[in-house]
Amino acid sequence: MSTLLERLAEVRKSGDVARLAEAIPYARWMRIAPENGTGELLTRMRYHDDLIGNTFLPAIHGGTLGAMLEMAAIFHLLWETETETVPKIVNITVDYLRSARPVDVIASAKVTKQGRRMVNVFAEAWQDDRSKPVATANAHFLVTSADEPSAL
Amino acid sequence: MANPLADREQRLALFQMWFSDTIPHSKALGIKIVDARRGFASMRLDWREELVGNPETGVLAGGPLTALLDGCCGMSVATLLKEPKPFATLDLRIDYVKPATPGRAVIAEAECYRITHSVAFTRAFAHHGDAKDPIAAAAGTFMLGTKGEVTRPQSIGGEAMGLAIKP
Repeated sequence: MSTLLERLAEVRKSGDVARLAEAIPYARWMRIAPENGTGELLTRMRYHDDLIGNTFLPAIHGGTLGAMLEMAAIFHLLWETETETVPKIVNITVDYLRSARPVDVIASAKVTKQGRRMVNVFAEAWQDDRSKPVATANAHFLVTSADEPSAL
Repeated sequence: MANPLADREQRLALFQMWFSDTIPHSKALGIKIVDARRGFASMRLDWREELVGNPETGVLAGGPLTALLDGCCGMSVATLLKEPKPFATLDLRIDYVKPATPGRAVIAEAECYRITHSVAFTRAFAHHGDAKDPIAAAAGTFMLGTKGEVTRPQSIGGEAMGLAIKP
């Protein structure tokens, strides 16, 4: 049993979804964590200066937007689906729609198609105005435990 | 006196300085430029605990690889811009073909194989030293002539790469 799934079981009892991120070193370092204050599971990347990719504009690095969309999809799968394994990402396509300003980024995710082994997830990230997304992503995840870790 | 940019090591050191100074996220990840020449860029990301996505296995998260591949594809575009202009990632697809080995550095190699007035097309692989055994494959497109001022890393094609290919 992975620490992340153990954490998930705890979080299901306590309701404190932000604790899911504590089990992932990269999420802590990036200050990416889920929240469900509005009743909807959202993932927030808290602004800090290390996120900047262009000091002239300034704008947040596109790689960090891809990273937080991927994390938003993972948190969504953990929280909203009955997964018994940590989803393994197969691929992700990120569309960059607007330059992201140096403030928090928030993302939502939804399952487009749930298969037995494969899930297709859509995720969307915005800043102040949800109707003006800064980036969107489609990603595939393997959600079966049958596959050997070496083969994804 | 020889132009210092004609020396490969000095040229890469200059690019590294521009890159780290203007892209704080790449500096925070500790990304190092391995090579940059016309249409090609290579970078290295060292493993460290903070970048791990799965604490059970120590395997890197997808995010640092995304940032590495995005930056490397971007630099491959910059090497081809004779007239520097600002550009931005339009889309980036990443296939995670194999987990990165914990503790080992990841090398990214990107090629800009087509550049037009408005769009540049790139592809890249990430691996542990053997390009035939990739960890991730990427395809990125970039919009050229976006808003804002051209950054130092975006200007390497115009300011230095011309010297790099002098016979």
